[in-house]
Amino acid sequence: MLKLINVTKTFNTNTFNATKALKNIELEVKNNDFITIIGGNGAGKSTLLNSIAGVFDLTCGDIILSDKDITDMPEHKRANFIGRVFQDPLMGTSPEMTIEENLSMALNKDTNLSLKWAVNKKKRGRIKEHLSEINLGLENRLDTKVKFLSGGQRQALTLLMATIIEPEILLLDEHTAALDPATAIKINELTQKIISNHKITTLMITHNMKDALNFGNRLLMMNHGKIIFDVQGQTKKNMTINHLLEIFQKKHKQGFYNDRAILSLA
Amino acid sequence: MYLGFLVTSLEQGLIYGIMAIGVYITFRILDFADLTVDGSITLGAAVSAKMIIIGYNPFLTLIVATFAGGIAGTITGFLNTKLNIAPLLSGILTMTSLYSINLRIMGRPNIPLISNETIFDLFYIPYNLSSYNELILILLVVLVVLITLILFLKTKLGFALRATGDNPVMVRSMAINTKNIKMIGLIIANSFVALSGSLIGQYQGFADISMGIGTIIAGLASVIIGEVIIGRDSFYFIIPGIIIGSVLYRGSISFALMSGFAASDLKLLTALIVILFLSTPRIKKYLGGKINVKTD
Repeated sequence: MLKLINVTKTFNTNTFNATKALKNIELEVKNNDFITIIGGNGAGKSTLLNSIAGVFDLTCGDIILSDKDITDMPEHKRANFIGRVFQDPLMGTSPEMTIEENLSMALNKDTNLSLKWAVNKKKRGRIKEHLSEINLGLENRLDTKVKFLSGGQRQALTLLMATIIEPEILLLDEHTAALDPATAIKINELTQKIISNHKITTLMITHNMKDALNFGNRLLMMNHGKIIFDVQGQTKKNMTINHLLEIFQKKHKQGFYNDRAILSLA
Repeated sequence: MYLGFLVTSLEQGLIYGIMAIGVYITFRILDFADLTVDGSITLGAAVSAKMIIIGYNPFLTLIVATFAGGIAGTITGFLNTKLNIAPLLSGILTMTSLYSINLRIMGRPNIPLISNETIFDLFYIPYNLSSYNELILILLVVLVVLITLILFLKTKLGFALRATGDNPVMVRSMAINTKNIKMIGLIIANSFVALSGSLIGQYQGFADISMGIGTIIAGLASVIIGEVIIGRDSFYFIIPGIIIGSVLYRGSISFALMSGFAASDLKLLTALIVILFLSTPRIKKYLGGKINVKTD
């Protein structure tokens, strides 16, 4: 359903600093795919997600979602069917607004902006219901400003906001990387739960190879702007971290060892 | 004498408070340093004065002036969101252009309204309240502005406005075009500023081409004083708080005049007040640090 055709992105085109962040990417994502993406720093993982989200114009290539060409669609319009959670817990919520106000904006995502009340009784009920599903007790703190929440609580809230109106695609950009290990596990479990309950097609970047193997039905490995390895189904299930490292070394002589990836084997 | 002084400060503070609320919308809610204000306040006064001497109903001129301010906001918004000119410069460009436009509207640098009827002559309360009819009319307008704004901020559009100043990335990921929201914020803010200008012109009995100079600083001073007194936590409190800030600001200006300062010193005094309030957190931190060292 999501198709990337020859997607290329060069930053600082026509300068000495020109960097090819994505090189002729071809990718077909099927409905209900849950894809994990790994790769070293500068491999192009975030650029790949950002190009799907429409953060910048592509240098060339096309992006097709459900038979619609969305290559030239601005970011905010794509947001109607794309949900995103960022690495930085500050990015996904409005800190000066309350939990309820933030979630109401997410609930209003598929309606037109108007002079109707942003929150009403019915919406408050729905917000409470959704909040109690994530089991953080936030349903009793509707009027708390989000700036008073912890990073983990904010990421849980962002995840809820990104999926409360079911998106066609969910993009997770290392959304647990900034959290402490225990919280990261909780957020990962919550992610898994939401994705499998709603069968949301997902692309998830992670630096943790174990997570990359445990989650999802398909795994992509990226390096220097290219997808160098693509595995799915039973083959993916049988893979181990050592397999991944071997493959990476074969495809890329420099080795993974210099990279942050090696730091998160555990 | 003293009562007269207090009432005048109160009335001026309330009228300028509407302008300060406009400044609050751009500077605080939208996080957009909009300098259009110096031009749009004069625009409001110019439009009203010109219409009044032509013979239009003074109340009608309030509405037209408000719309004119909205157009000024649209231009700043256009420069920033469509032409990608920096916020500060967009505001300065509109403000500078407005100087010429205001002169065109007025036809001369100053229009006196002494011999014309203004809203304050038309609005008449019988019985023994008649000496307060100016104050009551101003209070009514301020109340309408306050209630409209607070209600607006609770709508879907109002939420989008608040979130755009807070975290534009999140707003875009909620499928909202932040550029349009900025435009709407600038329109509302400058409408309020021009409404305030229209009231000032009619209140003081003239419109003058240079009456807008330094308005932005006065507006910021009012916002900051309001925030210091009321706190920044909830807009239900801060929005009326800004009106209070504006009244206190006008009061201190009148006090300075009475204690012998020349009117021409006021801009400097205002700037000093703003600097003082803006540096309060730093000074507090500095003093606080010293105290901690001692107690250790």
